[in-house]
Amino acid sequence: MTAPTAPAAPPRAFSRANLAATLAGGYLPLLIAVLVVFLPLLWMVLSSFKQPGEIVTLDLKLLPEALNPDNYKVAMTAVPFGQFFLNSTIVTVVGAGIKVLLAILTAYALVFVRFPFRNVIFVLILVALMVPPQVSILPNYILIAGMGGKNTLWGIILPGLGTAFGTFLLRQHFLTLPGSILEAAEIDGAGHWRRLWQVVAPVSLPSIATVALVTVVSEWNEYIWPLIITDKPESMTLPVGLTLLQNSESNGAGWGIMMAGAVLVILPILVVFAMLQRYIVAGLTQGSVTG
Amino acid sequence: MTPQLTAKPGRAPAHTATVRAKEPGGATARNRKRWSVRKRRDFFVFLALALPNLALIAVFTYLPLINNIYYSTLNWTLGSASATVVGLDNYVTFFTSPDAGKVLGTTAIFTIATVGGSMVLGLLVALALNSKVHGTTFARAAVFAPYVLSGVGVGLVWLFIFDPGYGVLSWLLRGLGQQSPQWINDPQLSLLMVIIVYVWKNLGYCAVVFLAGLQSLPKDVMEAAALDGAGNTRRFLSISLPLLSPTTFFLLITSMISSLQAFDLIRIMTPLGNGTSTLIYESYLQAFGAYNRAGYSAAISVVLFVILLIITVLQLRFVERKVHYS
Repeated sequence: MTAPTAPAAPPRAFSRANLAATLAGGYLPLLIAVLVVFLPLLWMVLSSFKQPGEIVTLDLKLLPEALNPDNYKVAMTAVPFGQFFLNSTIVTVVGAGIKVLLAILTAYALVFVRFPFRNVIFVLILVALMVPPQVSILPNYILIAGMGGKNTLWGIILPGLGTAFGTFLLRQHFLTLPGSILEAAEIDGAGHWRRLWQVVAPVSLPSIATVALVTVVSEWNEYIWPLIITDKPESMTLPVGLTLLQNSESNGAGWGIMMAGAVLVILPILVVFAMLQRYIVAGLTQGSVTG
Repeated sequence: MTPQLTAKPGRAPAHTATVRAKEPGGATARNRKRWSVRKRRDFFVFLALALPNLALIAVFTYLPLINNIYYSTLNWTLGSASATVVGLDNYVTFFTSPDAGKVLGTTAIFTIATVGGSMVLGLLVALALNSKVHGTTFARAAVFAPYVLSGVGVGLVWLFIFDPGYGVLSWLLRGLGQQSPQWINDPQLSLLMVIIVYVWKNLGYCAVVFLAGLQSLPKDVMEAAALDGAGNTRRFLSISLPLLSPTTFFLLITSMISSLQAFDLIRIMTPLGNGTSTLIYESYLQAFGAYNRAGYSAAISVVLFVILLIITVLQLRFVERKVHYS
């Protein structure tokens, strides 16, 4: 992971002409692409430390005068940000935890347990993968609100728990496992439960991690459903709460506070992504299944 | 991973031997009976493992599709206890009102511009990532990053950049002696703004998928063409691009599907949908915005669903053909 600005080491013959060509043709486009991604995010972080006077000004100041956490404090008091953060964390941990568990169980059943119409069931799951969640918003709202789930965390979590994506991805992986390891466990007298947790799950950890990370990212970012099912701050998640902050701070001076809010919703995922990007990229670009 | 794979079977044979030693005396009838007991037990094991997930998918994915179609035939205010069945009236109202042209037009422009933008820029970035220089691993991760970030957070950051008073963009334009346009008040500029941010957020996905396509191209063909004197541009246009067509088609379909469902950026950057009301956003506004028109909103959702269904079927037919050829 060398920085893209690192001095060029041309793969072939080294000459001055070659060096210039490598810089212009190889590094320059990469550098531009990386800057286009990073500059807006860097601007967000810098602005989140600026005071209103540093933002409401005609001559742009690149760096904040001090690393002043005031905007974060205002964001926390203008709206219950601590509560949003807690709600988002609960929804993400519980939602993603249950989804991954359900995906493991269903994928194991689909691959290793005999059952009539197993393939029909798999096709139904595949089709569910292609049903856009956005078109189910109104019926699900009526269903969950009717069950008393409005402004509750379970109301936010429940409709998204069924998992076609994770099931599909893990099934594809389980199919590649050599049958011999399971036969051995079977003759050994291990039941399905033990075969799943002592043989299949341990050797599938990279795939399970991929599913878990993709699920965590999408639960954390989920917006349309929590937006519709909550209208009280106590039960809002971070993205919904940011909308609330946007309404209360929509004047020029409020930008610093809103950038502080944006940092709080973006940074956790950015950190997770920076550490485990290989799994997340692989999971999100696998076949026709996209988040 | 490999050590585990070899360790398990290595442990097993000892036990295998003891089990086998007991087996030979068993009659075939008893074996068959045990077999059917096993089969029945598998039946219940399958249900216990898969039923929770299957039930959730049935209730929250399949049932809403049916309910949506039913709701679309109602004249129904959200929150009201009474509703009257009006047949296809909601569809007729939508398609005969001036809204239809506007919403369908906005949806078409948004979809074509975002898909085209993400794919063309994604391909260019993929070509840059495919060059033999240091740092491509880091750059690949960096350009992919916006794709996994919260649409709400990203929308706010860009809204600040586009701010006509204090945004970076207005500062840059002032430096060039230009006035910043009113991105929010002008419907066409609002749409352009959301398209730009959507492309920024999604082009990394296209780039990574294109890169995978580029890296799987046969190297011998490229080398042969280079020996024949074909330059970079020529090789790209005559070899890479045609060979990439399965990747291009895959991206075209998946990008269209996700563009048609784009919601977060539109909601956070242009809450009123002034100039940016696509099918999905119009359906949201009608039910959960000012109007509470549940039946009408459901009808728009069904229109969107039918469009997505057609695209998905196209994709499936293509995938079948691709599997056939390979």
